[in-house]
Amino acid sequence: MRAAYTPIEHRVRGLSDKAIAWLFIAPTMILLLAINLFPLIWTIQLSFTNYRANRPNAPLRNVGLDHYQTILSDPEIWQRMQATAHFVFWTILLQTVIGFALAYLIDRKFRGHGFWTTLILIPMMLSPAVVGNFWTFLYQPQIGLFNYVVSFFTGLAPSSFQMLGDVTLSPWAIIIVDTWMWTPYVMLICLAGLRSIPDYIYEAAEVDRASNWRQFISITLPMCLPFIMLAVLFRGIENFKMFDMVNLLTSGGPGSTTELASITLKRAAFEAWRTGYSSALAIILFVAVFGLANIYVKALNKVKAR
Amino acid sequence: MSGALSTAHSVVAPSGRVKLLAGAIVVLYALVALVPLLWIGLTSIKTPPDSISYPPKVVPFVHFEPSIEGYCNLFNTRSRQTADYLASLPPANSACEEITRSRSMVVVGPSNYVPRFLNSLIIAFGSTLLSVGLGTCAAYAFSRFKVPMKDDLLFFILSTRMMPPIAVAIPIFLMYRELGLSDTRLGMILLYTSVNVSLAVWLLKGFIDEIPREYEEAAMIDGYTRLQAFRKVVLPQATTGIVATAIFCLIFAWNEYAFAVLLTSGTAQTAPPFIPIIIGEGGQDWPAVAAGTTLFLIPILIFTVLLRKHLLRGITFGAVRK
Repeated sequence: MRAAYTPIEHRVRGLSDKAIAWLFIAPTMILLLAINLFPLIWTIQLSFTNYRANRPNAPLRNVGLDHYQTILSDPEIWQRMQATAHFVFWTILLQTVIGFALAYLIDRKFRGHGFWTTLILIPMMLSPAVVGNFWTFLYQPQIGLFNYVVSFFTGLAPSSFQMLGDVTLSPWAIIIVDTWMWTPYVMLICLAGLRSIPDYIYEAAEVDRASNWRQFISITLPMCLPFIMLAVLFRGIENFKMFDMVNLLTSGGPGSTTELASITLKRAAFEAWRTGYSSALAIILFVAVFGLANIYVKALNKVKAR
Repeated sequence: MSGALSTAHSVVAPSGRVKLLAGAIVVLYALVALVPLLWIGLTSIKTPPDSISYPPKVVPFVHFEPSIEGYCNLFNTRSRQTADYLASLPPANSACEEITRSRSMVVVGPSNYVPRFLNSLIIAFGSTLLSVGLGTCAAYAFSRFKVPMKDDLLFFILSTRMMPPIAVAIPIFLMYRELGLSDTRLGMILLYTSVNVSLAVWLLKGFIDEIPREYEEAAMIDGYTRLQAFRKVVLPQATTGIVATAIFCLIFAWNEYAFAVLLTSGTAQTAPPFIPIIIGEGGQDWPAVAAGTTLFLIPILIFTVLLRKHLLRGITFGAVRK
């Protein structure tokens, strides 16, 4: 910006608005085309080949839609999708219920609510990888704080259960950490929703002698719904792509009980080096996220229009 | 966040008892939710044996003596030596050296934590500067000018965020290998910029939309060119928005892990992929990991407090503005 002070300024003085518009937008678009769209197109192209990134000189063969067929008919992939769906469903449910409840309580405007709100927000600002890493410490069977607290309240021996090593517990271990981290996010959006409801509506309801419960059901909830849905949309997309936190916590294990879609993708792409196959999987995942998000945005707009 | 927004419900103001109960539950939640963070901070000032003791040692000075061993081990690499060799050494010249020797080891040099931390700083600030610069210009153009297919372009910009990072990482890995950008700071800066610029455009467009056009128009009638008006009228007005956006970009780049772990291994590696691989002798050195985590999280705590008024807007891409 500063360069415009120099004689260059005189040359651009005559620039039309249209020229400025393109000059301002072009760099961003070029960067996105180079680092987002071009890789996407390359991924599509690779997904039709048997390319392996660790053997760049091997003869390249066009395999057509084989990878897509293999993936979509592979029961293991569907198991991974189920694990992902389980994770997405429970995290969203827990975060929405707890987040909304917290927002509702904070909106009672007790003294010092601003301070406590800020404190509650801290977990969601942290690095998911670092969070995942330090929760592995809390989840240690003998020495971990989590196991200690559970045993303190239930009397179970702290080394009798392994949150990260047990097939039935590990899917819940990652749900607990994600809920700890992202409930504040849902809470913050719900809080905005609650605060967007004008007081006069409640006053009118009060005049009509509507009970508190009645007010909650027919004013608070419906008016907050677009906000709740927005939070669900963002969390849904993010958790469908979830990689960093879970990779650090369980890296998909034990076995493949917590192997979410992104972790499968990473294993195929960067451990098995099946680049062509993993490109096809990446495209399928992208289409799924994109499709779901689009359907959801349409629903969201309908709710908003009401 | 509270002050400006709270409009007291007049007839429907919650009673004192309701407030007290609500407050008690929220405070309880906050305290429980903060326990893991406090625990990391506490672990960072324990000795390795204290950090894995059962039952856990909670209160410093009462249950355990605070120690800087975690921080020593974080910043130094050590090697085990025989008792004879240790006895032959001159007296230790630093507290860390002394602690290390009490574990029959000597400090052999600095660890990789500082370079990784520096990489995090350079890459985060570099990509933030770039994405906010690019984003401000693009946001201004989208906000003020008739751009053909404006909505489609904006949607395209947003949709780049929906890609799972691992999916993009495959071709970027190949592309960077061809261009010689793998494991370079420049490569990571460009990559994080491309991720952050979508957020920057969307947030800043919202902020610039809120600045009345009349300001620039008045300036242009006074003889400013469009660019001068942008620089001297719009930019100062948008400062708050630009700063808030910059902090969001910084936090993203600071926290990012997936690209970092797949595309960097040495020279450009940032702290998030490094912290989990801090390993001591005979298993994970938890106080050192906790120390690395604590130092890494402190900047974020500060930013969270600074940003609290704009958090909502940032995390929803400007969709919710209050």
